[in-house]
Amino acid sequence: MKIAVCVKEVPDAGPAKRMDPDTLRADRSGDRSLNDFDLNAVETALRMKEEAGDGEVVLVSMGPDRALESMRKGLGMGADRAVLVTDEAAVGSDLIATSKVLAKALEREEPDVVLFGQQASDGDGAVLWSAVADRLRMPVISQIAEIDMSGGEVSAKRQTEFGYDRISAPLPAVLAVSDAINEPRFPSLKGIMQAKKKPQETLSLADLGVGADSAGTAGSRTTVSALSDPPSRGETLTIEDDGSGAEKLLDYLVERKLV
Amino acid sequence: MLSYAFTDEQEDLRQMVREFAQAEVEPLIEDAERDEKFPVEIIPKLGELGLLGIVFPEEYGGIGLDKITECIFVEEMAKVSAGITASVNAHADLAAFPIYKFGSDEQKEKYLPRSIAGEIIGAYAITEPNTGSDAAGLATRADKKNGGYVLNGRKNFITNGTICDYCLVAAYTDKSTRGEGISVFIVDRDTPGFEVTRKLEKMGHRSSDTAELVFEDCEVPEESLLGGKEGAFTALMEALITGRVSHGVKSAAIAEAAFEAARQYATEREAFGRSLSKFQAVRFKLADMATRIESAKALAYKAAWLYSTGRPCVKEASMAKFYSAEVAEYVTREAVQIHGGYGYIVEYPVERYYRDAKLASITEGTSEIQQLIIGKEIGL
Ligand SMILES: Cc1cc2nc3c(=O)[nH]c(=O)nc-3n(C[C@H](O)[C@H](O)[C@H](O)COP(=O)(O)OP(=O)(O)OC[C@H]3O[C@@H](n4cnc5c(N)ncnc54)[C@H](O)[C@@H]3O)c2cc1C
Ligand SMILES: Cc1cc2nc3c(=O)[nH]c(=O)nc-3n(C[C@H](O)[C@H](O)[C@H](O)COP(=O)(O)OP(=O)(O)OC[C@H]3O[C@@H](n4cnc5c(N)ncnc54)[C@H](O)[C@@H]3O)c2cc1C
Repeated sequence: MKIAVCVKEVPDAGPAKRMDPDTLRADRSGDRSLNDFDLNAVETALRMKEEAGDGEVVLVSMGPDRALESMRKGLGMGADRAVLVTDEAAVGSDLIATSKVLAKALEREEPDVVLFGQQASDGDGAVLWSAVADRLRMPVISQIAEIDMSGGEVSAKRQTEFGYDRISAPLPAVLAVSDAINEPRFPSLKGIMQAKKKPQETLSLADLGVGADSAGTAGSRTTVSALSDPPSRGETLTIEDDGSGAEKLLDYLVERKLV
Repeated sequence: MLSYAFTDEQEDLRQMVREFAQAEVEPLIEDAERDEKFPVEIIPKLGELGLLGIVFPEEYGGIGLDKITECIFVEEMAKVSAGITASVNAHADLAAFPIYKFGSDEQKEKYLPRSIAGEIIGAYAITEPNTGSDAAGLATRADKKNGGYVLNGRKNFITNGTICDYCLVAAYTDKSTRGEGISVFIVDRDTPGFEVTRKLEKMGHRSSDTAELVFEDCEVPEESLLGGKEGAFTALMEALITGRVSHGVKSAAIAEAAFEAARQYATEREAFGRSLSKFQAVRFKLADMATRIESAKALAYKAAWLYSTGRPCVKEASMAKFYSAEVAEYVTREAVQIHGGYGYIVEYPVERYYRDAKLASITEGTSEIQQLIIGKEIGL
């Protein structure tokens, strides 16, 4: 079984995220790492491979060439190789353009399963998997909390606001897992030592036969016109609890006839 | 050529240990510190990730890397819990490492793979109630009997004493030569006559178990003699230089944890209408702390580099242990000070760092003993 996992390098989760006022894009100059949600997808892929007894796990990403550094984490966890699409002309790609490039890179791999995380922690689009599935003409199941691959098809439990959907689909399929599906493993020290030696391929848009005008800013139909701070929350009241906090809160609500 | 760069793999390891320590160690600290109980469940987890076998060869399940790499692991663990790190180091550096260095093939086969996998835990017992720094003054005896030996004596302050599966025990086989007459035995925990008589209550490092052991007519076979020959003690003591290098990094890490907490606190806490960090006196203090930590780490990693490249490092290892201990005490004290009253309250971790730091100048050769060694090394 061949499993492709789409992974993204994102700015580190810790510090407040910033937008770059010049490019109107996310500021990616600080520390970066693999999108946490994608670790759940990598873990799912590794377990599928372990259960099947053989197979290959390929990490696929689009991003700057240094994104290979972040992808090494997935290789350290146990993925077999990495494919990174990197090209100046891809800078500024929106979701639609990104899906075009990823779909091309995935077609080249001919995987049985394409895994996604639920969302990227920077863009928070949570849509790329559906766009990619559409381009690949594959069925897609999202928000997967449980997965069963027996019998040559996939059967999944999809988390919804009201409960679970049980969905099955033939392979090949696109599967976007939720972060509730598993606890991603830590890369072992042995895995870390092997990661750098695993095959890591960098592809340009030309390698994939994607024209420069269908990616990047040129290939994007959305434009960001302006950035602004969220509106202030207006008048706020902070009550320090010196023992009479509850009383003060009640007084406040009573005063406004809210209780 | 001088380079301070870590390899990509070392950076990845640092990141992994950082995440592991946050996710798997941090949640255990509160209970472990309160109950004075080392959380043994962490050992197999470390084993699975290869973190107990960093410097050991692959044939025993290790990874075969160098001391620098091991120090990165120690540093990131110690930033989160000095106590838990102490127990892990006693197991890997003081118990398993001497077996690798001096043990017979059978001893390596028997103890190393399982120690490295985290299936068994080791301890190491030299110190006695009446002797510590003067290790050669120990009183435990091993007398020949029935083709084996019988051990009699007491050991004190033994890390992992309560939880170990085996313990390296130093005992005189030949009382006529001071020091040289001491041999080392690997004693399995279930050997009759090997008793743990007391778990010691401590000021700091409370998440590490420290115990008093008694050996009373404890019969061990000849095969338990480390390396199969008597008198292994002096060589063993020299090999313990690796532990001093680890201490250099570990103490600097305790200091760094305290510094980070103080830096953060200074930016959040306000007094006289501005944040503490705006007061020059506080800023200078933090700048001073940061500088000392940086120099302690530089010295410790230099010692690790010398060790890793097979160069002599007796002087630097002692300097690193000694200096980092001073830095840890100073920085943790100032970190408590910057926290004001909150620094004295158990809810904040700085008081723990302060208590943990005090051990640095005592265990595995006191600061005075390190200074004796340095004195000799500088030709006095
Ligand atoms: C006008 C515009 C310009 C933009 N310019 C840039 C830019 O210059 N650089 C940039 O990085 N982003 C840019 N973006 C954002 C970029 O389009 C999205 O980050 C990307 O399409 C993925 O969307 P998302 O992050 O919301 O992913 P989601 O849909 O939330 O991601 C879901 C899953 O898709 C996978 N995934 C997401 N991104 C990738 C990827 N790149 N490679 C492989 N798998 C992935 C992961 O598995 C992830 O968990 C731009 C967006 C707009 C609207
Ligand atoms: C938490 C903890 C864990 C420990 N774990 C272990 C362990 O796992 N295994 C083990 O074997 N031991 C262990 N020890 C023991 C530790 O190594 C000893 O405490 C240490 O070596 C000091 O010995 P001592 O306590 O007998 O002090 P002493 O040797 O009695 O020293 C008392 C004081 O005199 C000073 N002094 C002694 N000789 C000289 C000299 N020649 N010149 C100047 N000053 C001198 C010392 O520096 C010290 O300040 C541990 C101790 C603690 C507290």
